[in-house]
Amino acid sequence: MEEGRLVKWVKNVGDVVKTGDTIGEVETDKAIMELVARGDGVLRAHLVPEGTTSPVGAIIGVIAAADEDISALTASAGPADAAPAEAAPTAVEAVPANSAPASEPPASEPSAAAATSTTPHDAGSVRSSPLARRLAAERGVNLSTVHGSGPGGRVIRRDIEASAASETPATAPATSATVSATVSASVSAAAPATTSTKSAPSVVPTAMQIEGEYQDIVLTQMRKTIARRLGESIGPIPTFYLTSEIDMTQVGTLRTQMAATGDQFKVSVNDIIIKAVAIGLTRHPEVNAHWLGDSIRYFRAAHVGMAVATDDGLIVPVIRDAQSKGLGDIGREAKDLAKRARERKLAPAEFSGGTFSVSNLGMFGIDQFTAIINPPEAAILAVGATDTKPVWDGTSFVPRQRMRVTLSCDHRIIDGAVGARFLQTLRQLLEAPLMMLY
Amino acid sequence: MAVITYRDALNMALREEMHRDDRVFLMGEEVAVYQGAYKVSKGLLQEFGEMRVVDTPITELGFAGVGVGAAMTGLRPIIEFMTWNFALLAIDQVVNAAAKMLYMSGGQFPMPIVFRGPNGAALQLGAQHSQAWESWLAHIPGLKVVAPATPYDAKGLLKAAIRDDNPVCFLEGEMLYNTKGEVPDTDYIIPLGKAEVKREGEHVTLVAHGKMVLVALQAAEQMAKDGIACEVVDLRTIRPMDVDTIVQSVKKTNRCVVVEEGWEVCGVGAQVVDYVQRHCFDFLDAPVLRVHQADAPMPYTKSLEKAAKPDLPKTIVAIRQVLYLD
Repeated sequence: MEEGRLVKWVKNVGDVVKTGDTIGEVETDKAIMELVARGDGVLRAHLVPEGTTSPVGAIIGVIAAADEDISALTASAGPADAAPAEAAPTAVEAVPANSAPASEPPASEPSAAAATSTTPHDAGSVRSSPLARRLAAERGVNLSTVHGSGPGGRVIRRDIEASAASETPATAPATSATVSATVSASVSAAAPATTSTKSAPSVVPTAMQIEGEYQDIVLTQMRKTIARRLGESIGPIPTFYLTSEIDMTQVGTLRTQMAATGDQFKVSVNDIIIKAVAIGLTRHPEVNAHWLGDSIRYFRAAHVGMAVATDDGLIVPVIRDAQSKGLGDIGREAKDLAKRARERKLAPAEFSGGTFSVSNLGMFGIDQFTAIINPPEAAILAVGATDTKPVWDGTSFVPRQRMRVTLSCDHRIIDGAVGARFLQTLRQLLEAPLMMLY
Repeated sequence: MAVITYRDALNMALREEMHRDDRVFLMGEEVAVYQGAYKVSKGLLQEFGEMRVVDTPITELGFAGVGVGAAMTGLRPIIEFMTWNFALLAIDQVVNAAAKMLYMSGGQFPMPIVFRGPNGAALQLGAQHSQAWESWLAHIPGLKVVAPATPYDAKGLLKAAIRDDNPVCFLEGEMLYNTKGEVPDTDYIIPLGKAEVKREGEHVTLVAHGKMVLVALQAAEQMAKDGIACEVVDLRTIRPMDVDTIVQSVKKTNRCVVVEEGWEVCGVGAQVVDYVQRHCFDFLDAPVLRVHQADAPMPYTKSLEKAAKPDLPKTIVAIRQVLYLD
């Protein structure tokens, strides 16, 4: 994550704050996080107005004692060094939740940098070296959001490189332990704090109203991230596609039987598919893998991501250890994750770390489709609608419930036969669900 | 390979070229009987006789003019100025006659002449004997201006200058004459108009010529201790300047410091900076800085002279500035 947007200030300048208080809301790549105070004192300054996008590490506010001199931090010109002594004011930084992948990037220095002039510059008044300008243009970095460490706040090459180095892949292949260790205290506290007094805005899909000939809508962080990440998928990844038609009649029977034992035991087709996929992955670890550039990481457990459509775009929350969860747990978890995904209230740990993804467009009447791999995963399963079709059983055509799935495979990790064998197992498990018990 | 002085390398070049082509002759104050004011022409009178090694009265304008006339009529003169400061008295012959003769005569009068002598400051020579003349001379179309920094370059470039059919101003240095280096005794030429990367590096380009190349190399050595790799570009020829080598280097390093002997205003470094800003604009991470003499006539007092000259500490300051290190 390179930048975040301050959506709103919750505490005003002059308010007394304690460690842990929510002082603002920050939009990250995928969700709106609560910005939490990491010190006691008075919120002395908002250094950016609501709606401003700042690079990770930029100082956006100051908490200090009521009478403390904070001029060094609020000075907008020159690289004043805010070397914090113990009694120094606490600079509120735009720190992202999953601020570091498993290996900590060296560019955490910018966060200790001097007061940035974060009042928004227009492009013309940003001081930058010609080289920095060119690099920013080449890398799609917004120059006005980069802190300049040169004289007079000049943005120079190392500043552009620092802003690029603080980028984090959205699905860092980190174990949950690593991620939580690097998550800043303020944000990890924010995750459960989403149940605070703030009520989530209700999200009702409406048709877009276009005024005039056309309407330009600036990309949200989420859109930008989807575009960037999936652009990094279909281009460089050598992908092939395997389609299989699966007989879902037995799955239907299973569901009916489970529902008959009690309303609380209802499960969805999706839950069963996720479970079958997870078991299949543990039997075919060659498909349960990540491309790491110079190596392939094969996982023991199946952390299955399920694609969820939100108003703003696609997000893939992960059901961890799906292979060892019962259908009930999978169902409850899937429902909760989907709901919170639509409310943009997922914690980053919940939409990263997946080893395989499933995307289901069956509910929209899509018979079959090819999904785009979620890098660095090896494959993604696209699930179509289940329909009644005539199937030859040797003597006659009989009506059966049929569903088409398409597996997109990264050929750097998976060969055709490997992918086909996985699909074969998946089909066997779904066509005879009792075999999932084996 | 022999290690010899810059002085002896020049001597070798003169001797070899005078053997090679008997139209080549040397003329100047004290070049013959005295063996050369700085002993650059030692032994040449004995070897070639007084028609080829000619002592002159103290009259720079006069003997420069004689040289011009000799060049126009088929000879290949080497005119020695005891220092380039005295060439000021002959500047009309250098700039108005030698530089423009081929052009103004429509190609009828050739001008294969070399003007040579020590240039720039030494130690306590005083204001009138310490000036660096390359920017005055390099301003003139029709002249070539050469400034070797090492014995190897001195021999190769002087031979090339003597063989060049154009008027070449060859700028040596009293403080360079005693420096030593490897010089082959073979007949080798260094082409005029080609700079040389004397030391490779990736963090900053140092452009220098003459004595300042040695300062630049010292600066590179010192910065290397801090992990900074400086690339040193020795211009060797001031006019025509090898812009490509400079540009290629700055595109690699993204920052440039020019170290020169002369004064700031309209110095050679100003021209280097123009080439760099014009051709490397999108590659520069910092403004191009120059290290040069203080804007005053060269003081005679030892301490003031030291303070006025461009040197290693001042070069280090500039390097650190373009790297944003302080």
